[in-house]
Amino acid sequence: MSDTALAAPSRSVLSRIWRSDLAVSFRRNPGAIVGGAILLLLAAGALFAPWVAATDPYDLATLSLLDSRLPPIWIDGGTWPYLLGTDTQGADLLSLILYGMRTSLLVGLAAVALSCTLGSLLGLIAGYFGGRVGGVIMRAADIQFTFPAIILALLIGGIAQAVLPASLQATFALPVVVMALGLSHWPHFARLVRGGVLVEKKKDYVAAARLAGRGSASIMVRQLLPNVMNVIFVLATLDVAFAVMGEATLSFLGFGLPPTEPSLGTLIRSGYSYLFAGEWWLVIFPGLTLMLVIVAINLVGDWLRDALNPRIH
Amino acid sequence: MIAFLARRLVHGALVLLVVSLLAFALSAFVGDPVASILGLNATPEDRAVLRERLNLDDPWASRYLSFVTSAVQGEFGMSYSAQRPVIDLVLERVPATLELAGVALAFSLLIGLPIGVYAAVFRHNWSSGAVMMLSVIGVSLPSFVVGILLIFMFSVRLGWLPSFGRGEVVDIGWWTTGLLTVSGLTSLIMPAAALAVGQVALIARLVRAEMLEVLRTDYIRFARARGLKPRVINLSHALRNTLIPVITVSGIQLGFLVAFAIVVEAVFQWPGLGLLFLQALGSTDVPVISAFLLLAACFFLVINTIVDLLYLVADPRLRVRGGLSSEAAL
Repeated sequence: MSDTALAAPSRSVLSRIWRSDLAVSFRRNPGAIVGGAILLLLAAGALFAPWVAATDPYDLATLSLLDSRLPPIWIDGGTWPYLLGTDTQGADLLSLILYGMRTSLLVGLAAVALSCTLGSLLGLIAGYFGGRVGGVIMRAADIQFTFPAIILALLIGGIAQAVLPASLQATFALPVVVMALGLSHWPHFARLVRGGVLVEKKKDYVAAARLAGRGSASIMVRQLLPNVMNVIFVLATLDVAFAVMGEATLSFLGFGLPPTEPSLGTLIRSGYSYLFAGEWWLVIFPGLTLMLVIVAINLVGDWLRDALNPRIH
Repeated sequence: MIAFLARRLVHGALVLLVVSLLAFALSAFVGDPVASILGLNATPEDRAVLRERLNLDDPWASRYLSFVTSAVQGEFGMSYSAQRPVIDLVLERVPATLELAGVALAFSLLIGLPIGVYAAVFRHNWSSGAVMMLSVIGVSLPSFVVGILLIFMFSVRLGWLPSFGRGEVVDIGWWTTGLLTVSGLTSLIMPAAALAVGQVALIARLVRAEMLEVLRTDYIRFARARGLKPRVINLSHALRNTLIPVITVSGIQLGFLVAFAIVVEAVFQWPGLGLLFLQALGSTDVPVISAFLLLAACFFLVINTIVDLLYLVADPRLRVRGGLSSEAAL
């Protein structure tokens, strides 16, 4: 692959990408274009928050109580540069949202990385070996499927709070949330990958690899995994939306990140108490941002599902 | 069929075993029941007496057995924070959650069905595409954010609807209902709507997909050839066969609505099971958490089994394969 890429001038690589099936289906899907553009914009804002944001909302030295509780700029009393207004400590809401989105996306990606790795690995093993090992793995997945994931995630988050001493809670809040969301969703990947492996392992190329003397681990990773990668990728994309929503839900309910670790969920939680006091923007804008993130991810995920895998609809 | 039921029974027993072990482990290892009941200022003698009374010094196997036997009898002990039997707390919260989930399900069917039929019948129309794109957005809306937006709109701005609680409820025997009073009904609208938004989109997508499948079948083509009116074909021939999967999915969705009610109940301070669970989780009220987990496990097992049975009845092809697990349960 790298040979041809080196040999061909870069323009034709671009044009090959432009003409590939994936790109063509992307161009024909207005939802994917809109979702992709929004996602790109939001991700860039989150990634470059320290440079894009008007202020650093966590630099207490720059905060001024004189600027606190300012409404959005289009409402009487709003001032530059606080486009979306300020919170009760005078921090710029837009900056808070950009920084919060960073945490939310980070938690989302980390949680999916966990559930995807764990689930795919167990699914590979269950599908390839079958028998007792596979039976135990899939039984465990079945048992977990009985409960909706959100109950499990809440339980893990809540128990962690009860067990961890208060001094450690803030430090471990982020890994706990990642664990809670990751562990509550691995069965999806396990089931999907196992199904794919069961189909693939009957094919000739696996028999050929076995005849060539490849070991089980090598066949699983080198032969089977690449062939179920498409479905894993689609599910992982859609799962990021679940994880971002899950983080926000946990944090909103008080079982996720603490207020010191700003995410979209903690912003909604702390803003919610001001909804009736008049500072509605503190909860409405983080909430709308959360919606926008999830909608954008789902629009892109839906397109990927149709483009990469016409089987699962 | 019998093999299927046997398999479900084994699965159910396994789930209950795991969940009961988990619930027991919680009560054994998380939090200190003696401190929770007596407070931190109790004398060592009082503690010893209570430890004796709660059998805390017995081997864990015998404690697990007594935990299970009392749980089977609906005896989950006293709530640490409310100082009342857990089972009473749970039972008085059940109506609130079931009414919320039931009304939300009714909303999602009443709105989702027509939208799905419309999108299938006019599938070449641009509006059908727009409906489908809107449904992606609908599925993506987190119910608690929808709830907050509704409160902002209709409670804070317009002042039309109450923002929290269940309003006045009427006591009919062992059930309390908010469906018979004006304040109960107005309190129910927003939580149910917040809960239903995602489901509307889901039902609409499902109905459209199923209906498109049915519209491609031969009997629909013959019905057209016979010159029946499109309206008759669509509504009486096609829709009727679309409804079976919709009914089963609604069953699964009822389970999900109950699960997601947890979040919505927190937004609206709706006095249901979810709020009870969250409060128990926040104060590490282990008996309540254990009871919630066990009852939730039973509830979801029953729902899943009924749904699978309905599938078997509705689709004879599945009987050959000998049953399925509730794959659709996300």
